[in-house]
Amino acid sequence: MDKARLLEFLRQMLLIRRFEEKSAEMYARGKIGGFLHLYIGQEATGVGVIAALRPEDHIVTTYREHGHALARGLEPGAIMAELFGKATGVSHGKGGSMHLFDASKNFWGGYAIVAGGMPIAVGLALAAQYRGEARIVLNIFGDGAVNEGEFHEALNLASVWKLPVLFLCENNLYAMGTAIARVSAVPEVYRRAAAYDIPAQRVDGQDVEAVYEAAQAAVEQVRSGRGPYLLEAVTYRFRGHSMADAVLYRTREEEEQWKARDPIELLRRRLEKDGQLTGPELAALQAEAEQVVAAAVAFAEASPPPPPEALYEDVYA
Amino acid sequence: MPVMTYREALALTLREALQEDERVFIMGEDIGAYGGTYAVTRGFLAEFGERRIRDMPIAESIIVGSAVGAAMAGLRPVVELMTINFSLLAMDQIVNHAAKVRYMSGGQVKVPLVIRVPSGGGNLLGAQHSQSLEGWYAHVPGLKVVAPSTPADARGLLRAALRDDNTVLFVENALLYGTKGEVPEGKYEIPLGRADIKRAGSQVTLVSYSRLVLSCLEAAQRLAGEGIEVEVIDLRSLRPLDMDTVLASVKRTRRAVVAEETWKTGGFGGEVISLIYEGAFDHLDAPVGWVAGAEVPMPYARNLEKAALPTADDVIKAVKKLF
Repeated sequence: MDKARLLEFLRQMLLIRRFEEKSAEMYARGKIGGFLHLYIGQEATGVGVIAALRPEDHIVTTYREHGHALARGLEPGAIMAELFGKATGVSHGKGGSMHLFDASKNFWGGYAIVAGGMPIAVGLALAAQYRGEARIVLNIFGDGAVNEGEFHEALNLASVWKLPVLFLCENNLYAMGTAIARVSAVPEVYRRAAAYDIPAQRVDGQDVEAVYEAAQAAVEQVRSGRGPYLLEAVTYRFRGHSMADAVLYRTREEEEQWKARDPIELLRRRLEKDGQLTGPELAALQAEAEQVVAAAVAFAEASPPPPPEALYEDVYA
Repeated sequence: MPVMTYREALALTLREALQEDERVFIMGEDIGAYGGTYAVTRGFLAEFGERRIRDMPIAESIIVGSAVGAAMAGLRPVVELMTINFSLLAMDQIVNHAAKVRYMSGGQVKVPLVIRVPSGGGNLLGAQHSQSLEGWYAHVPGLKVVAPSTPADARGLLRAALRDDNTVLFVENALLYGTKGEVPEGKYEIPLGRADIKRAGSQVTLVSYSRLVLSCLEAAQRLAGEGIEVEVIDLRSLRPLDMDTVLASVKRTRRAVVAEETWKTGGFGGEVISLIYEGAFDHLDAPVGWVAGAEVPMPYARNLEKAALPTADDVIKAVKKLF
């Protein structure tokens, strides 16, 4: 894979990591309220898959979506402002961390009902097919979604109508605190696709190159009109489910094993080993991430809250 | 004016929408090859083809949810759910998604979606096929809920719903499909959120919606014979709710009865009554009367089902109590 692309992956992952660390800090300082679900540890998955899309392709995702929004190119300042509940936020302060939207970038929302976004993603794909458009839909969900009825209804309809949906399961092994294997008859999510005659593959979600290559193949299949594809990326969230999580349900040893496979570190080591990344280059990327996130916070801080009249706006069109 | 059934009025209006607007398509269980559970879409599949008339798996959540997604993308889907009872399997998509995405996106998306749902009891279908749950949906900001009682209203309100940029739950009491009425010539819209005075009267305001409006009209007719002049208001739309028309009438008549087909507890009739007290308390000469269904799951046996549903006799009794 060419160096420029790998460096771009590294740049995006560093930005997401820094953005999330800063979000946690802002949460601790009371600048961000409600739930905050961090993407730390899972960066390679979103970055690798979204890089395989075209700008006109739709994205429908979940409530752990800051990284997806950044990878899609939503303004970091407008995302941070949304977390702060400001009028300049991507959803004008009315969505919050779990509901980032940017229709101009075909980013159709984070949804906070587990599996709830899946039927909507299928509907966006139906609209594309109905109009004869070439675009596809990326639908991201977690392992917690796969025992919901909406998961099965979505896969079935997408398959029977051969809709252009790439289903991406970010399997971070735990739905909140419940290990997928404890509650699932078939914990290997990719195997479930066979029930709906959907081709599927499992990929190492910590390896951004592997994710990207798998996503490219999946996107090609979906765009060809042959119907949906299910990609399962096995990954790990390094932090708790949300900021309130005491992480009682998994061992520190397990966490250390996964942190040894930090997606950013894996890519950095690989690039350095191949002589494709110098110390100054890495420092420059880190400095850029730091600067972009600092500017995002400054923008969010300086932005006004939604005006009182916004309360009753946009209930109806 | 031409006379047609409620079913024919709906079918005519849907057919026109399909002809006029390429973005309109219909999704539902057994709407195509079978011809529609209540035969509203009979013949549509042959006329419009599988792209526009989509037979769906029995999977209500994906039926509604995929329509929400298609609507967000700019299409104008129409969903037929086989009955309002089955809409509970799609409640997540209706309440958590269709009603919310516009607001939580800060106004970036629209969900122009019509969800048609047969509702109500009286067909000997037992507890799981006989509910009138429209009041639950009327509770939710972001949704519109419409429940016409006549073929003319069904046509005008459906046309307006099909052109609305929001999600409209279009409630069709199943006993109304075969009812006939005069329908104005040509295409017309009735704005959502406007009640209609179905019969003018000076002594009591009778407020209802959907099929029970017909029982109220029968009651009013009979009461007129006894010298009691009843005004019958058909809400037509539960959300938005036109209380202006109701309050203006109550202030004139000084008496009111609210009649609904379903349970009182936590329901829509209580909502209307509170709003009457809030807006016209000082004008009332008597407490507001309330006619509603029995607080039981719907029984099957003919006599028991009949006893569970309010009738014109119940309405007459409630009106007379006010004097």
